[in-house]
Amino acid sequence: MDLHSLTIAKAKEFLAQGKISSRELTTAMLDRIDQYDEKIGAFLTVDRDAAMAQAKAADEQIAAGNQGSFTGIPIALKDLLCTKGIKTTCGSKILDNFVPQYDATVVAKLKQENAVLIGKTNLDEFAMGSSTENSSFKVTRNPWNYEYVPGGSSGGSAAAVAAQFCSGALGTDTGGSIRQPASHCGVVGLKPTYGRVSRFGLVSYASSLDQIGPITRDVTDAAMMMNLICGNDPMDSTSAKKDVPDFTQALTQFETHSLKGMKAGIPREYLGMEGIHPEVAAMFDQAKKVLAGLGVEIVDISLPHTEYVVAAYYIIAPCEASSNLARFDGVKYGFRDKSTEDLIDMYKKTKSKGFGPEVQRRIIIGTYALSAGYYDAYYGRASQVRTLIMEDFSKAFEQCDLILSPVAPTPAFKIGENTDDPLTMYLSDVFTLSANMAGVPGISVPAGFSSSGLPMGIQMMASRFDEISLLRAGFGFERALDLKTKFPAL
Amino acid sequence: MKISRDEIEKMAHLARLDIDDQQKESLSEQLSHILDYIDKLKDVDVEGVTPASGAAFMNNVLREDHLKVSPGPEVTLANAPERDEDFYTVPRVVK
Repeated sequence: MDLHSLTIAKAKEFLAQGKISSRELTTAMLDRIDQYDEKIGAFLTVDRDAAMAQAKAADEQIAAGNQGSFTGIPIALKDLLCTKGIKTTCGSKILDNFVPQYDATVVAKLKQENAVLIGKTNLDEFAMGSSTENSSFKVTRNPWNYEYVPGGSSGGSAAAVAAQFCSGALGTDTGGSIRQPASHCGVVGLKPTYGRVSRFGLVSYASSLDQIGPITRDVTDAAMMMNLICGNDPMDSTSAKKDVPDFTQALTQFETHSLKGMKAGIPREYLGMEGIHPEVAAMFDQAKKVLAGLGVEIVDISLPHTEYVVAAYYIIAPCEASSNLARFDGVKYGFRDKSTEDLIDMYKKTKSKGFGPEVQRRIIIGTYALSAGYYDAYYGRASQVRTLIMEDFSKAFEQCDLILSPVAPTPAFKIGENTDDPLTMYLSDVFTLSANMAGVPGISVPAGFSSSGLPMGIQMMASRFDEISLLRAGFGFERALDLKTKFPAL
Repeated sequence: MKISRDEIEKMAHLARLDIDDQQKESLSEQLSHILDYIDKLKDVDVEGVTPASGAAFMNNVLREDHLKVSPGPEVTLANAPERDEDFYTVPRVVK
């Protein structure tokens, strides 16, 4: 048995039956990281000894009959999530020596259930990017073809799951940063409803859009991770006081009812949109047929403000970023430039040497859009357009349970191909941004391969707090499609 | 809309960024290009629309005011790039 190939669900079962130990499972993952990660670059930090110590403790717990929901399962974390005593860099030189003194709530939950924290994964600096080329430390490569990007910003987490370096991973999604890399790497990614998961200990990029979610090998594992990470947290006042369902019941619902009675809307604004790759269009057509075959009724819907989503997003996100990132000034943590005796000069040199070009670009855009004389025209107007986008979604979900689209308009692009032109990069986020703007959940599920062998995914969105519908439909879709190849040969 | 190099310089100062002439030039070009695209927001009729403040849909979130033990200076200052005992230090401000 290849231990690295086990899903979370299988690993949990085998651990409970004593067929495998967490030490064996963790060793298999670590060995694989040693062997292949030099080429892929998914991880920024791997602490072998710490992971093995956690695995040993997990084995002892299982032996004592105390298996928790994630005991002994190796999980990777995007390096934007604070881990007590373990370096958390956000992919930025400005935090290259930052060691948090506390755990993010999601990390504390994983520890409480005795998961093995196998390492911290690479990302676009402060999650700003769609390719994981914008990290200060390294470029992550797509495990399916090393010449291509894995997507981003959670590209390290998605690549680590696809390369089977970990059983599952956590990413964060501000405009598609879980769903798009999941799509490009052929794995499942779920962005929960805004407020479903505590953001405490997630280093903020755009606080009204950020959300933590799972990246996993299949939909069942995504449901299991959702059970672990969701719920209100007094440390994050935007986390919702909502009961958290057992998300794995979505799978049973599918078993009993198939997808009969579900309606999936396809926004007419998405059809005929410019720049959709023909292979993505063909994959999407096929996906619709698969869902229809499971009993889903496909309906025509409208999201009238679709055309304005990218523009509104690229005002709101940089505005929030320019405010959030002001804290990195060389005083309390992180890098400080010590070449000057002047305070303002120290701030300036620290930030300019510490932040990469994309981060500085977004800070300048945000500062501009929030500055006197421009606030109403940019931030004010973008926030009004956001209200209209939210209303579009509320109205659409009166007619359907799911909204379907591709995740990305093209398969993964080649490393270096898009980095010179920020606007092209921003436009490639068109299908994923809306979910963050409206606060609704979205899932990316593998749906096929391009002729050059790169994975492509479909996105399903649902109304707020209805992740169950996403998981149920995703589970059914995954089963019906039953892709022959699920993981790359490294 | 063209964002001039002077405006870029002003924004960089407000954001406390130190950028050189070459960056000013490229940022001026890139931002003008991006803001040209963003100008399409002007086509939307937003008359009377309440601006969204976020996606949380919540009102005030209150909690009991409990005393809690502070983590103390060793924890709080653990990542300080420069410190003097229990204080952060910065370059001299008052001359």
